[in-house]
Amino acid sequence: MTGFRTLFHKELLRFTKVGFQTIGAPIVSALLYLLIFSHVLEGRVEVFESVRYSSFLVPGLVMMALLQNSFANASSSLVQSKVTGNIVFVLLPPMSSFEIFLAYVLAAMVRGLVVGLGVLLVTTWFVDLQVAEPGWILVFALLGSAILATMGLLAGIWADKFDQMAAFQNFFIMPLTFLAGVFYSVKSLPGFWQEMSHLNPFFYMVDGFRRGFIGVSDVSPWVSLAVVGGSLALVAAFSLALLSRGYKLRH
Amino acid sequence: MSIAIDIDSVAKRYGSFTALHGVSLQVHEGEFFGLLGPNGAGKTTLISIVAGLARASSGTVRVMGHDVVGDYRAARRALGVVPQEIVFDPFFTVRETLRLTSGYYGIRRNDDWIDEILTGLDLDSKADENMRALSGGMKRRVLVAQALVHRPPVIVLDEPTAGVDVELRQTLWQFIRRLNEQGHTIVLTTHYLEEAQEFCGRIAMLNQGRLVALDATRELLRAFSAGRLLLRISGAPLPASLEPLVIESPERDRIALQVDRYEAVEPMLAALREAGCRIEDMELLHADLEDVFVSIMKESRA
Repeated sequence: MTGFRTLFHKELLRFTKVGFQTIGAPIVSALLYLLIFSHVLEGRVEVFESVRYSSFLVPGLVMMALLQNSFANASSSLVQSKVTGNIVFVLLPPMSSFEIFLAYVLAAMVRGLVVGLGVLLVTTWFVDLQVAEPGWILVFALLGSAILATMGLLAGIWADKFDQMAAFQNFFIMPLTFLAGVFYSVKSLPGFWQEMSHLNPFFYMVDGFRRGFIGVSDVSPWVSLAVVGGSLALVAAFSLALLSRGYKLRH
Repeated sequence: MSIAIDIDSVAKRYGSFTALHGVSLQVHEGEFFGLLGPNGAGKTTLISIVAGLARASSGTVRVMGHDVVGDYRAARRALGVVPQEIVFDPFFTVRETLRLTSGYYGIRRNDDWIDEILTGLDLDSKADENMRALSGGMKRRVLVAQALVHRPPVIVLDEPTAGVDVELRQTLWQFIRRLNEQGHTIVLTTHYLEEAQEFCGRIAMLNQGRLVALDATRELLRAFSAGRLLLRISGAPLPASLEPLVIESPERDRIALQVDRYEAVEPMLAALREAGCRIEDMELLHADLEDVFVSIMKESRA
């Protein structure tokens, strides 16, 4: 497993060497969301009884940052390597597709979790957070980052240029995260949109994760766990199949 | 002699385009082997299949007896590949790059060997510089170093000297030659025919995805290209008996004639004398690989 360990280590170095951009920047933007939305909406929106809006918002922002950065790390690393050609350094050595999968996904999870934790720590200065059921926090943080890291890997395998990558991110990942009930409870939506939201797997990640903090959720956390766990199994199996077939990597 | 690379009826199709039509060839252990061909002949495709960067549509490839698909770990451990394009990871220094590559090959604490390679390739002074800061030729040397970190018995270089200046080219060749003397099998593709002629014991030529020649360099030179006799004559035109031997004649009095054997020169001179030609200047040139290459490519296109 030295090959896996080295690739994992390299992937960690890749984003920590540009930490301002990969960790600092997303924390700052999450903080801006918090300041603006809580200023505008605090006291005007009540999502759940006896839960302040900012306490509702923070877990959503943490999860959003965690998801987006897990995705960004795996996808940008892979697409960069493909465009510049240095992907051969990973393809020539005797590493299995599972080793490659694990290294990219775990490193991307680390970035997502570090950014999520950063957002959480920074926002606790501004918002009094409660932690109702910490087990769910951990479970959904891990599963959510794993799913988005794997989707990032898929996007990186599929995309041949930065343009396609950006399209994947902006037309697929961004809407799904923004519409996952980060800023509002989907219960507040009209019936049709509420049902649509329930088709979005990202909704379950956010809802289950938030449950760990505020102790209430739109749907049962066990339902969320089933949906999120199933999604992870699906995307992981799919990307492993693509990797071992060499799709778009070994021509 | 055992076989380092065994390529057996390898074909590669991309949709309706066929890049390789069932190529078979074997490279023996310890050989310095040349793979030549014009652009688009399929050299890089073939090398990619050997390296596992591409998959053959049919046929098999073994490196040191290991199938590159079924037993890819052993096959890739036995192989060092220097890619044609200059690629690098801008996040790292030369030494970091080499340590990472060692790790990918499952080797930890490889610094002694890394130092040795750095010295051999004259990269010592650049060891702690970022890859971005290196010149193209230096980056090329790092690619060579990366191909060697796991001490592979077989080394494949895809046009290693393309775009490399003369001095760098010399260092590179010295180093590669030394590796070959130490017992490494070297496979080389190049556009510089004089390099292939100088270094390669055996040569395969590819054209349009087909193997069109495979022989010892010496034999190819002997079989395919005779020498040429360059003449400048005056007094009378070239006698008709010598017309079939004309390779080219840029001016009426300057003529290149084909010479298969040295013994053929004497009767040619006699014919000129009888026709009343005076020889103003004369030069006998040996065949080089370029002539062989050109004539084989012409033949295979026909």
